[in-house]
Amino acid sequence: MLKDEDRIFKNLYNDRSSDINSAILRGDWTKTKEIFSKGKEWIINEIKTSELRGRGGAGFPTGLKWSFAPKEVGSRPHYLVINADESEPGTCKDRDILRFEPQKLIEGCLIASYAVNAHVCYVYIRGEYFNEGQRLQKAIDEAYEKNLIGKNAAGTGWDFDIHIHYGAGAYICGEETALLESLEGKKGQPRLKPPFPALVGLYGCPTIINNVETIAVVPTILRKGGKWFASLGKPKNTGTKIFCISGNVNKPCNVEEEMGVPLKELIEKHAGGVIGGWDNLKAVIPGGSSMPLLPKDICETVTMDFDSLINNKSGLGTAGVVVINKDQDIIKCMARIARFYKHESCGQCTPCREGSGWMWRMLERMAKGEASKEEVEMLMDVTKQIEGHTICAFGEGSSWPVQGLIRHFKKEIMERNNFKPIINKDRKIPYLVDQHLLDK
Amino acid sequence: MIKLRVNDLDIEVEEGLTVLQACEKAGAEIPRFCYHEKLSIAGNCRMCLVEMEKSAKPIASCAMPAADGMVIKTNTEKVEKARKGVMEFLLANHPLDCPVCDQGGECDLQDQSMFYGIDKSRFKENKRYVPEKYMGPLIKTQMTRCIHCTRCIRFATEVAGVPELGAIGRGEDMQITTYLEKSMKSELSANVIDLCPVGALTSKPYVFEARPWELKKTETIDVMDAVGSNIRVDTYGWEVKRVLPRINEDINEEWISNKTRYACDGLKNQRLDTPYFKENNKLKEVSWSRAYEILKDKIKNTVSEKIAGITGDLTNMETMYSVKEFFDKILKSKYLDSRSEDIFLNLSDRENYLFNSSINGIEESDLIILIGTNPRFEATMLNARIRKSYLNNKTKIYSFGNAGDLTYDYEIIDNTTTELNNIFEKKGDLYQVLKNSKSPLIIFGESFMKLKSAYYIFEKCKSFFKEHENNYTNDWKPINILSKNASSVGSYDLRIIYTEDGYSTVLKKINNNEFDIIFLFGQDNINFKKNNEFVVYIGSHGDNGADMADLILPSPAYTEQDGHFVNLEGKIQKAYKASYPTGSSKEEWEIINNISEILVNKTLFKDKDYLLDSMKNYLKLNASAKYNFHPNLNLVKENIFIDDIDYYYSNVVARASKTMRECRDAMIETKKTGTEG
Repeated sequence: MLKDEDRIFKNLYNDRSSDINSAILRGDWTKTKEIFSKGKEWIINEIKTSELRGRGGAGFPTGLKWSFAPKEVGSRPHYLVINADESEPGTCKDRDILRFEPQKLIEGCLIASYAVNAHVCYVYIRGEYFNEGQRLQKAIDEAYEKNLIGKNAAGTGWDFDIHIHYGAGAYICGEETALLESLEGKKGQPRLKPPFPALVGLYGCPTIINNVETIAVVPTILRKGGKWFASLGKPKNTGTKIFCISGNVNKPCNVEEEMGVPLKELIEKHAGGVIGGWDNLKAVIPGGSSMPLLPKDICETVTMDFDSLINNKSGLGTAGVVVINKDQDIIKCMARIARFYKHESCGQCTPCREGSGWMWRMLERMAKGEASKEEVEMLMDVTKQIEGHTICAFGEGSSWPVQGLIRHFKKEIMERNNFKPIINKDRKIPYLVDQHLLDK
Repeated sequence: MIKLRVNDLDIEVEEGLTVLQACEKAGAEIPRFCYHEKLSIAGNCRMCLVEMEKSAKPIASCAMPAADGMVIKTNTEKVEKARKGVMEFLLANHPLDCPVCDQGGECDLQDQSMFYGIDKSRFKENKRYVPEKYMGPLIKTQMTRCIHCTRCIRFATEVAGVPELGAIGRGEDMQITTYLEKSMKSELSANVIDLCPVGALTSKPYVFEARPWELKKTETIDVMDAVGSNIRVDTYGWEVKRVLPRINEDINEEWISNKTRYACDGLKNQRLDTPYFKENNKLKEVSWSRAYEILKDKIKNTVSEKIAGITGDLTNMETMYSVKEFFDKILKSKYLDSRSEDIFLNLSDRENYLFNSSINGIEESDLIILIGTNPRFEATMLNARIRKSYLNNKTKIYSFGNAGDLTYDYEIIDNTTTELNNIFEKKGDLYQVLKNSKSPLIIFGESFMKLKSAYYIFEKCKSFFKEHENNYTNDWKPINILSKNASSVGSYDLRIIYTEDGYSTVLKKINNNEFDIIFLFGQDNINFKKNNEFVVYIGSHGDNGADMADLILPSPAYTEQDGHFVNLEGKIQKAYKASYPTGSSKEEWEIINNISEILVNKTLFKDKDYLLDSMKNYLKLNASAKYNFHPNLNLVKENIFIDDIDYYYSNVVARASKTMRECRDAMIETKKTGTEG
């Protein structure tokens, strides 16, 4: 259990006020100048020491990412882009940071911009977070008023501006290169990599893209030291993390916890337990809808960090824990998730465009028990054909939940689906006749 | 050079290539749909996946730059499985209506599914239906067949310069459309039909006409403009079914204009199939022998000074040479010209009428000045090159007078001759720009050549660049003339011109009604008030020329005989016979042979080979012949007007074409419904 003094987001529930003065009282914007005086190298090294991994889902080491930015500014300016397009179902951590801890984000933006030589930062907020965007804008205005950002930001001599951009409600714009396209005013479709955004990003300029939570923890890490952050959690999975617990729990909530906290503890202690008791648990999606689900027996022991979840063929993702109890139809749940991915696929590359719809339709039939037994294997095959063959990680995102379902609940699907093609029953019907034209 | 290994084969390739290109060099063929050499890389079909060492996932070879030390495998089981998977997805929502699809037989998807397809479908859901889109009179859409490779979108935005195609919707609901379902406003739009790897965009005029394997393919040359695009004419029996581009990197790359592609149905309409003679203001069919008799009588009763001839815009060199010989040796008249407009010409040097920097040279230039020309309509393929240069080198472009939308940005300069002269007098801003340019390109159009001061300014321009010669690399030739017609440069090479001051004396005299007999050899663009002249029209189509003619002798069109053409750069190219002429029409040289036999009992040419040898001989000998004329030596203040071109109606074949009329209507229609008014 995380100790109170190690808590980074002290106002996660807005029980203290979110305005700038309260934020300063809580410790934000202190020692900013001192951090700047230690130089870019020090900042990046300190982040490397802290072993902070990106909180957006992929878990890429943040310090390493920053070090990819060119050391000197060439003919093109550098940009920092904050990914606040939090659209992963089951995830709502960034929302609370934008609402209740905006100063942490703004200060983090300033420091990160300095570290990567950027003078301009864009915050790409999903369009649905209009109110949160307004709250952030208010916080930015307050920071400007106190000269914490703008020209000679916080007395550091660094000029720095923040702009907010609202998305239009596409999940794919959370993918970093699609986000850049969207920010440039184009259709939000992921770019081909290489080149990576650190070298060719927004408007062709070197761009560092980070998640809201990643940037918001940076000032505290630098104030308390990378070693402190690394001492929390497990090796290579350090620090604290906001977990969003939703679904069939008594008390859905956001909670900041140490990395590597047992999943059971998270659900039982913070979220008031599974509805109907722990034994009523069916499965848990540990990291937002794109991660494979975990059945109850794994949930008993698994700890919530990047590596242990990968060992269990799932992933931490955005740490959006979705609890599904036995009252739910697990196949239907997954069909609904598949429908989400079918709807949100950008349509650029073939496997995801054609495969996501196919998976959804098959799952819908499976939920109704209208599929044949062979189709279960085929569905697995289709997910494998999507996975790894797409431009962006969306391919994995759409196929992993289905893979998780088949991996752990194959028996259940098999039991429900006994459909046999009519030609198999009645040999007289020629093979080429359309199945749907025949009486069942 | 980069060293990499493809399928256990070590190869070296130059830098900047993609993995796909490197694999091709190593002999490993990579299937692809979205990748195209001439377009930007999209990497979205995922068909070109290959395995790369140290990469967990297979990579899209079309998008990955080749790097030193890469180890690529294209023939492993993993690659095969990935490609088969992608192919299954592509076919999942593809209608598989190949038997009723015009692309059948030349379809990329069909071909590649032979290698990577599965024999039966596992996709049991209903297939997606996508509504048809209107894209104009040339492009038939069947969007259900679309595999979303976005080649058409990339072509429209990059090459054609009209960002009118795009994708709306996302995921499986993504649709390619012209947004407002308007006709595409580009002369290159039909190239998307060739680019489309499936049958989503097919040719509207060619719909259900023929299967590719039934067609006889003839590789030949286009005559719709002076560029000389390389084309392939597909015929079914005698009928020209379609025209497709051939790759020639020096001229048209891979594209052709809509006029080149679709004017071919004009070869079926308005054709002259038998000789006609006008009696009592009515044209009557006559036999060839009767026609010759009539002509003989006329010529016998006319002095040679009263006979004139004008050759046409689509006339090949063989015809022109035989006409020249006919006028020189039989009729003994000097009044033969190839110009239908009164443009200035100085034949003393070949560089005075050629596009000297060559079409490829456009890509190297950093400054283009257009003088009295609208390249978009006068030479569409050349305009595409200017756009390419504009995109790749950020070439600065200026135009004297407003030329309208040229698909690239250019600066409009006051269209007076004094303004133009100022540059070569070393005055003004444009002079400064020109001075600093490393590879400038001046393009004079025919509209400029009509000016009174054409000679003065042209010579000024020449001496200006002579002075600045050292600024450029040795073989850089900045001065270019943009001819409009396919026959122009050839006719100048053959000296089919009669002039006193550089302008057409023949036209002047025709307008003054000074002749008694006028021969029109496929010339339909001439306008004069007919008095008592006896007009003989020898050509393929019943158009303006035949309208004013007293005697009509039918001859084959450009796809129906072998012939040479010189394009605007001075490249001589041979067009081949692809189909047969209509009715009893005879090739022009035969007609001339017959007439001379009747007139002087002697044929001019033994056969076509003899004609060809004699023509080549003439070209060789005449290259350095002296050319005397008395030009206007003063600067006259006048305005440079860029002539309006009725693009889709610019020659007889196009005017006879139903498709061209539809295109013209569509163009006017879009003008009407636009928001400019």
